[in-house]
Amino acid sequence: MLLDFLTYPFLRYTFLTGILIGIIAPLLGTFIVVRRQSLIADALSHVTLAGISFGLMAEKKYGWVISPIYSGMVFSVIGSIFIEKLRTVYKAYQEISIPIILSAGVGLSVIFISIADGFNTDLFNYLFGSVSAVTINDFYVISGVAAFVLVIIWLFFKELFTMSFDEEQATIAGLHVKWINMLFIILTALVIAASIRIVGVLLVSALMTLPVAASMRIAKGFKQMIFLSILFGEIAVIFGIISGYYLDIPPGGTIVMTSLFILLVAIGIKKIRK
Amino acid sequence: MTTPVVSMSNINFHYGSRKVLDNINFEIPDGAFMGLVGPNGGGKTTLIRLILGLEKPETGEIMVFGQPIQKLKNKDRIGFVSQKANSFNKGFPATVYEVVASGLTAQLGYFRFLSKKDKQKIHEAIAQVGMTEYTKQNIGDLSGGQQQRIFIARALVSDPELIILDEPTVGIDYENVKRFYELLYKLSTEYKKTLLLVTHDTGTMTQYATDIVCLNKTMHFHGNPDEYASLTEADFSQIYGHPVSLVTH
Repeated sequence: MLLDFLTYPFLRYTFLTGILIGIIAPLLGTFIVVRRQSLIADALSHVTLAGISFGLMAEKKYGWVISPIYSGMVFSVIGSIFIEKLRTVYKAYQEISIPIILSAGVGLSVIFISIADGFNTDLFNYLFGSVSAVTINDFYVISGVAAFVLVIIWLFFKELFTMSFDEEQATIAGLHVKWINMLFIILTALVIAASIRIVGVLLVSALMTLPVAASMRIAKGFKQMIFLSILFGEIAVIFGIISGYYLDIPPGGTIVMTSLFILLVAIGIKKIRK
Repeated sequence: MTTPVVSMSNINFHYGSRKVLDNINFEIPDGAFMGLVGPNGGGKTTLIRLILGLEKPETGEIMVFGQPIQKLKNKDRIGFVSQKANSFNKGFPATVYEVVASGLTAQLGYFRFLSKKDKQKIHEAIAQVGMTEYTKQNIGDLSGGQQQRIFIARALVSDPELIILDEPTVGIDYENVKRFYELLYKLSTEYKKTLLLVTHDTGTMTQYATDIVCLNKTMHFHGNPDEYASLTEADFSQIYGHPVSLVTH
């Protein structure tokens, strides 16, 4: 069953990229979920769509060849900075930053798509993911993003944990909470932009939250929750990509449904334990 | 004469147009177990936020360990147990060990990891509050009283000289409150920590504290428990701004 993925280079890159995404998306998702910021991933994925649309429009209208993954990342990072700024402007209503940025992302996407009079490229791939959309260049970019994310999380793990558990305590202790929050949200933006090739704009937040929601039910401790989240994420990505390919279904759908199945099993295990 | 751990002079503070603190002057001597009491909205939490450097006073100066709080570099010399501690995210899957370890984050500094000695400190802090058997349990699975002990351990792990506690016993049953005060007393007498405790539970507090301060926008009283016990209902009515009946148990 895996033979095609070993034989055809484009499938191999998709598979390897999927494995990387299966690590970094749930890893960041763990911090996002415990900080009750799950919807941030949705806002940033829609801003990424605006970036992708911009890249595609620039190529079609003006002949500028910008890889959509780069334009998506740039927009996502800018969107993440705006979210963080809005969270400090509306201290008592921090969640309001999410619908503002999400609607801005959708609004810009519509404008760019209209200016380009639609796209020849199948936008469907970016919405729901594709097993054939990952190029060798994408693979290298995503590998770089994954390495960067892993190093930063390793270096700042104790600060991120402290802030996630009790942000006020972290501030009192003298941690640079503002800057670490900014760094974290930029990492999130990069991971979302990197994941969109495979999972798609509409489903990327599911890969960041569903494995975490499942592991949260059964984990003892934060590190175990991270380990289980990554394990569940990997199972969902590998099974989702392979089944998506053989069933001719966008992998975003199969990855999310696998994650959902794992979540239901985890809920069941918790109930049985009780 | 030793430098006071905290010294506040001529402190004024408003939230919008509402005056919260009016010309506050007071000191916390080294080794004191100070109880801070007063009505809701009287400025107790604001006073603590000022000492912690989370707010800046409009006038006056706050010195902690002889340095202006905004310039204090080793903030791990202060341990803090928040009023919010008992309303933390109970679903957060962190073990007791992980929570207490987070108390060392600032002291370790960036790009440094827990050493064997640090891990030993974590176990010692958990033992100090009598929670060793719960080390590997998720904190959300513990009772309110046990969780408060863990937050004390988190404050203790960096070996702070001053520990500030903002209404730590809210929502905890009487037996656990008593055990909690005994723990604070031990920290004060055996480990020589300076404690500042905000509480409404004046009855129990007076049995353990060395100093008591009554605050309602201004400082109404600063003395020892015996002097505090001699205050009359009329004195308390003046402090609280409404008639007060004393109840003892």
